[in-house]
Amino acid sequence: MTIHTPLNEDNARPAGAGANDAASNDHVASYKADLSINFAGIRSPNPFWLASAPPTDKAYNVVRAFEAGWGGVVWKTLGEDPAAVNVSSRYSAHYGPNGEVSGFNNIELITDRSLEINLREITQVKKDWPDRALIVSLMVPCEEEAWKTILPQVEATGCDGIELNFGCPHGMPERGMGAAVGQVPEYVEKVTRWCKTYSSLPVIVKLTPNITDVRLPAQAALRGGADAVSLINTINSITHLDLDRMVAHPVVGGRSTHGGYCGSAVKPIALNMVSEIARTPETANLPISGIGGISNWEDAAEFIALGAGSVQVCTAAMLHGFRIVEEMKDGLGRWMDSKGYQKIDDFTRAAIPNTTDWKHLDMNYQVIARIDQDKCIGCGRCYIACEDTSHQAIMHLAKDNGTARYEVKDADCVGCNLCEITCPVDNCITMEEQDTGKPYMNWMEDPRNPHRAA
Amino acid sequence: MTTSSSPSHWTPAGFEEEALSARFTDLHPALGKRQAIIESARCLYCYDAPCIKACPTSIDIPTFIRRIHDDNLEGAASEILDANILGGSCARVCPTEILCEQSCVRNQGDECQPVLIGLLQRHALDNAKFESHPFTRAAHTGRRVAVVGAGPAGLSCAHRLARFGHDVVIFEAEEKAGGLNEYGIARYKLTDDFAAREVEFLLEIGGIEIRHGQRLGDNLAIAELTREFDSVFLGLGLGTSHSLGLTGEDAPGLMAATDYIKVLRQSSELNVLAVPKHAVVIGAGNTAIDIAVQVKRLGAESVDLVYRRGEAQMSATPHEQDIARANGVMIHTWARPLAIDSNTDGQLSAMQFARTRVEDGRLIDSGETFSLACDGVFTAIGQGFDDASLSDVHAAGMARSGAKIEVDTMLRTSLPGVYAGGDCIARGQDLTVQAVAHGKLAAEAIHHDLMLKVEAA
Repeated sequence: MTIHTPLNEDNARPAGAGANDAASNDHVASYKADLSINFAGIRSPNPFWLASAPPTDKAYNVVRAFEAGWGGVVWKTLGEDPAAVNVSSRYSAHYGPNGEVSGFNNIELITDRSLEINLREITQVKKDWPDRALIVSLMVPCEEEAWKTILPQVEATGCDGIELNFGCPHGMPERGMGAAVGQVPEYVEKVTRWCKTYSSLPVIVKLTPNITDVRLPAQAALRGGADAVSLINTINSITHLDLDRMVAHPVVGGRSTHGGYCGSAVKPIALNMVSEIARTPETANLPISGIGGISNWEDAAEFIALGAGSVQVCTAAMLHGFRIVEEMKDGLGRWMDSKGYQKIDDFTRAAIPNTTDWKHLDMNYQVIARIDQDKCIGCGRCYIACEDTSHQAIMHLAKDNGTARYEVKDADCVGCNLCEITCPVDNCITMEEQDTGKPYMNWMEDPRNPHRAA
Repeated sequence: MTTSSSPSHWTPAGFEEEALSARFTDLHPALGKRQAIIESARCLYCYDAPCIKACPTSIDIPTFIRRIHDDNLEGAASEILDANILGGSCARVCPTEILCEQSCVRNQGDECQPVLIGLLQRHALDNAKFESHPFTRAAHTGRRVAVVGAGPAGLSCAHRLARFGHDVVIFEAEEKAGGLNEYGIARYKLTDDFAAREVEFLLEIGGIEIRHGQRLGDNLAIAELTREFDSVFLGLGLGTSHSLGLTGEDAPGLMAATDYIKVLRQSSELNVLAVPKHAVVIGAGNTAIDIAVQVKRLGAESVDLVYRRGEAQMSATPHEQDIARANGVMIHTWARPLAIDSNTDGQLSAMQFARTRVEDGRLIDSGETFSLACDGVFTAIGQGFDDASLSDVHAAGMARSGAKIEVDTMLRTSLPGVYAGGDCIARGQDLTVQAVAHGKLAAEAIHHDLMLKVEAA
């Protein structure tokens, strides 16, 4: 059991506390796994970092985050003075059926505080919290002089690394920064090289998902000397409209603009992009900090299994507060114990060998839906989904008591999983592997493939 | 108490009007918007939904709940009203626990509890804002239909006929329309003047005239109606209450539960209503529960409900029985009324009961007796068809099934052009929603038969 103590000065982690979160002193031991990581030379007591965003805007928040147990933070993006100015009305959300936030959209710019204040606070926080990872996000114009000027100032803070914000999709690209750089691999490579030239710190290049093929900027970053990439930044988005005023949210004085989308809704997109970089031979050894809708330990484990060495969280913290990290660490630690993983590296990239191109999938593999009649509540969702939109493989039968019974027509079931997805009852519909007696055969070997090499 | 049936030995219980009114507000409070959104999200939007089949009026429940969730309350309300024009009162009075909510798929397995369909239906109807009546009338047919009885069956029939373009005259014995919704349902189930407002809304369609003070068998005859109108619908309800068949049943203080509920429903000042101190209710249906709970809430010190069989045989649902117990009503099973005791003033003083049991499938007295001291007894052992309503020569030829009116599957009686529905027909189920369904079905049959005649002409 984790005892979550209220935040106050007494239980703030003293400077120099141990680097491993497992069984640490401030809560009752709950798992044995070692959650600590060494990411591109940056050490962190756990893989959970707060992403560069409002929660890491200033010392006050960051200290609270460290008190709550976050392994690291990426300080909200610094830029040249004068600091950016934000509008009022900045966020909007896409809601699920119960009013829960499934996606989050923002139109905030980079830090709106002066460089000097930020650097001073970063210096102090790193001094007070030496065991935590403190990475500074940067965005200055795409000019060598600008980077040459800011990098030594940042390095002087004692921070552990820098993250290049090449992903901000709103506002900053209009000024030639953020995604405007990240979408052009040549710029990515060039700026990364400047950073490696004028700084000795590990350089993490943050990638934008608003691009056709995320592997290209990742390769460019590697060529420029990047120590790691982080992804995804937010996705261009409009969440919803006020249909009375005919304007999108968030509304700024009767107008709106597209924002950057994040939160659990973007997780599938982020997972794929992370895996694409991780399974591309050229970038296979490039450390990846996974970002995108990580809301719980399971999400984090998935990112790690697909190639991430650390994970960054923002929306979950913005919706629930910093305490959510305790749930993430506890869940991940217990799961690792249950699987016999002693450290994060034990399962990093574990799912990569099983993530492949379509052409390598086994054409002879066959699953068929099975409906557990004891669990079926008779909602008919599987039936209508299959009947209207899939393969008419479920029968709608009348039972003696007037209710309906649904049965799979094995011969017509193609194993698409749609019924399993629509079923509201856990494990009522399962997809069962059939013994076809046939060996592995991919599409390139399949006689039905007209382009098959003879 | 202003009714002639009020015995002189009853007095008001002495509570402030405010305190009493508070006891007669909604038994199940309406859902707030947030609650409705959360609850509507629980609906699985079933295909071939069992809840629809369980509703006598076949309301498309998944559709209206989806519309509530989509913030389309007018769409939700229209869907409900199209199937059941009295959906507002049904949402309040239906025993949903044995109808839609019982069959809800979320009533099974590990689904926690059924979707609160009744409360969601009420939410849609209470909060939909229509600029005008949501239904329009088809082109005027020139046909006129007489509807006898402005209860749920008659009103439902009339509205549907009006939609078809026919003109309707409703003949109603009482001062107000609504039938049991106005006079018979427990006050905490249909609060305020909801029944009257619902009738008002229903009449907005136009083409429906209500003539009050018209009682079949008294100042109205079927022969006259069949002469003057193209079709006749009888939604007569049940006009009489069964009696105990005991000596002394006319003792002051013993009355039919429905008579007292009627007075209670029409009362504008609950604190002047005379109420027995110690009441006994005989019966096991929802009316028995309704009278027991209401008399208790009015201030009776004790209310004992006595039924000759066991809890499992009670027609009041377990949910209703729980309501009675929660209100402090003592339920006694396996006892039948034996005798009525009066004091020297001729006033009711006690009720004697014989204990019963089942032997070889028959209910017999066990030989044991007991007595409950009381100054009021309410009988709720069922209602019967009032034969007087069919006493004219023409009506006397109508086929009956037992005391009730016999109808075919399309609710046609044996008299040409005369239809019947609701509690007065053999398959009446003592349910508001069933009566509404009959009214709708009869209207469709009437329309079909009238239009056939038009084609033939």
